[in-house]
Amino acid sequence: MSETALHQAVTGGQDKEYLSFVLGDEHYALDITTVKEIRGYEQVTKIANAPAFIKGVINLRGDIVPIVDLRIKFNVGEATYNAFTIVIMLNIQERIVGIVVDGVSDVIRLSEEQVLPPPEFGVAFDSRYLHGLADVDENMIILVNIESLITSEELGLVAPESVKDDA
Amino acid sequence: MSINIEQFHSVFFDESDEHLDDMEQLLMSLDVESPDPEELNSIFRAAHSIKGGSGIFGFDALMNLTHVMENLLDKARNNELSITAAIVNVLLETLDVLKDTLNAYRDETPVPEDSIAERITILNGVINAQTSDIAIDASVESSNAIEDMPNEGAQDDGFGFFDDDLNGSVSVSDDGFGFFDDEPVNEEVIQDETTQKNAEGDDGFGFFDETLSANQINTALETQSSNEAQSASAQSDTTSTSNDVKALKSGAASTSTQTSTPPKPSAKKGTARESASIRVDTTKIDAMVNLVGELVITQSMLSMIGQDVEGQVGERLQLAIDELQRNTREIQESVMSMRMLPLTATFNRFPRLVRDLAGKLGKQVELVLQGGSTEIDKSLIEKIVDPLTHLVRNSIDHGIESPEKRVAAGKPEKGTVILSAEQKGGSIIISIIDDGGGLHRDKILDKARSNGLAVSDDMPDSEVWQLIFQAGFSTAEAITDVSGRGVGMDVVRRNIESIGGRIDIESSAGEGSAFFIHLPLTLAIVDGMCVSVGKQIFVIPLLNIIESFQPTKQQIKTLGNDTVLYIRDQYWPLVPLYDFMEVEDAALSPTEGIVVLLESSKKRFGVLVDALVGQQQVVIKSLEEHYRKVAGIAGATIMGDGKVALIIDADSIATTYTSNQIEELVS
Repeated sequence: MSETALHQAVTGGQDKEYLSFVLGDEHYALDITTVKEIRGYEQVTKIANAPAFIKGVINLRGDIVPIVDLRIKFNVGEATYNAFTIVIMLNIQERIVGIVVDGVSDVIRLSEEQVLPPPEFGVAFDSRYLHGLADVDENMIILVNIESLITSEELGLVAPESVKDDA
Repeated sequence: MSINIEQFHSVFFDESDEHLDDMEQLLMSLDVESPDPEELNSIFRAAHSIKGGSGIFGFDALMNLTHVMENLLDKARNNELSITAAIVNVLLETLDVLKDTLNAYRDETPVPEDSIAERITILNGVINAQTSDIAIDASVESSNAIEDMPNEGAQDDGFGFFDDDLNGSVSVSDDGFGFFDDEPVNEEVIQDETTQKNAEGDDGFGFFDETLSANQINTALETQSSNEAQSASAQSDTTSTSNDVKALKSGAASTSTQTSTPPKPSAKKGTARESASIRVDTTKIDAMVNLVGELVITQSMLSMIGQDVEGQVGERLQLAIDELQRNTREIQESVMSMRMLPLTATFNRFPRLVRDLAGKLGKQVELVLQGGSTEIDKSLIEKIVDPLTHLVRNSIDHGIESPEKRVAAGKPEKGTVILSAEQKGGSIIISIIDDGGGLHRDKILDKARSNGLAVSDDMPDSEVWQLIFQAGFSTAEAITDVSGRGVGMDVVRRNIESIGGRIDIESSAGEGSAFFIHLPLTLAIVDGMCVSVGKQIFVIPLLNIIESFQPTKQQIKTLGNDTVLYIRDQYWPLVPLYDFMEVEDAALSPTEGIVVLLESSKKRFGVLVDALVGQQQVVIKSLEEHYRKVAGIAGATIMGDGKVALIIDADSIATTYTSNQIEELVS
């Protein structure tokens, strides 16, 4: 963590902590309070009729937990799986979901003022899942609104009210 | 100190339910000619407990009715009133009203005031009619009692426990004495409670009784009240409370020598039952079942690791792991058995139903219950009651013929319905067998045709019988002239299927019919066949499997682009599991793999898998807890190596695969 970030971390009152991670060449971060644990990628059991970014399910100490590869979902980097591939287990609305990322970098503390709005247009990233952008050590950190992403109909992790096959 | 009494409501409701069931069973088995005093006592005690509890919780309507009922029962057990079949009927009907009232309180809906008032009048009528002639030679007390009763029922709220027995005496106004006098009797039971709860007067006392709620206390109270009864009758001029207390004391003392039959044996029985069982929240047991599931998985992981350890340490480790394996298996079995309850309680409601229904229909029916001790998962018991009731009613209504018809057919006048349960391997079979007229094949086929179903005259019987489970297939018109009632057989089948069971029918005209319900032992564990497809393992519930075999080339036919299977003189749809489950690297040709013939309640079909891996019991885990429902999959389980395997849902595969194929055709 940089000196300035640290300074702000100590002085800022409304600071929030984020866990930053890497997808391809991009830096992302999500609200750290949703993180349950971080573990290595393990073999998943594939589920039929699921979109490509849902890798399957794993056994997390007795719970059957789905694994989403955000690299495929956001179309960044290469979806390769090796000994260094990381899964962040999230706890969102009493559900457990694992997301596959290329690596976990840091815990960063950001104040409200540091979170900047994304450009108004010219960005394909769905604004519903975008909390804002922040500059840390000259890297742009994309703050993901992980809760609305995970519970979104688009991701199909949560059963929609009416089951449709038009996806 | 304030006590939130509402937290004890559910305990009271549960117990009252049990008491009502007990009463019903006892009444049903009561020998009217020479009633067993002990049985009468038990019925009385049950009514008494309900009254006491309802008084404390302020369920006045419930209390008032049980109060009058209790008066009647009290007279009966004291031989002041002789039980007749008519009285048993009145009491049984009163139980129904009590059940309604109890449910009304539980659901917080308005209580059926009208029927309660009606029952009270009827019961009082019975008491008065019978006791008036006895009253002449009986003591003054008993006639007093008759006059007092109706009023008292409405007035007294708090003490509930004693007043009825003390009818002869001036109303029991001293609450403290009830508590005071009672304490020594229950001392060892409520000892620690006393220090905590700081009981005050009657409230506190009542509170004890409900929290402990044990039979022990009830019986203790019982001892108490019968003592009081005696003391009260001995004491003709009860006016002062101090007299009362003395009288009670002496009464209590004297009974020990007097040996009035009821208190002693019942007290003993009460203690025995108390220590025999405890009430545990089912969620706690479920949590334990889950944990044990985890333990089993961890244990098999350990054994796998253990195989890699070599040398002397390895041997010792292996021994320890074997020991662990035995222990875990035993733990698993005993935890699973905690959820298991005997079917007796379910079966015991049927004698009453059969009796009432047979009477209403003018038929003579004997109900034979077999295998009530068969144990089944608690959650299944709750769900099997309705379908079972419907089937038994059907057997009596549509199955058993009228006495005249039976005689004409050369059968005994009295029809027999056998309700039995037995465990066969991993499943429970509950059968309802009657010796009635059987199903009418022709009528069913006619009805099916008029409903627009595709049927043919040479369909096998078993398929014809399954037709009655079709929605809108009125059994009344199809089978007998007697009118049908409410729920159809389609609901019965749906209910049974929803708990992973299925239903078979056997019937022969003129000889009777038999319904067999196959149920899994439990919902938490399934006996499955593990099959491999590509690199993935799937579990197929054994309940669905007919057989598995390696098909020959001759058995595989093509129909358009689809493959069908010819076996057992039939063409079967063939679902390649690799296709349905989107698995790669699987055996594509049917002749390279294994076909498992499946039977779901809706369809029969074959699935193509690569190989059979083995049979094992698996713990069912929900996929929906963190993900969502997936077509063709009933749930997931964790295998010995910690990996997840999916459990096949045969019904869902049958319906999904068909609709998928139709969609493909359309698009």
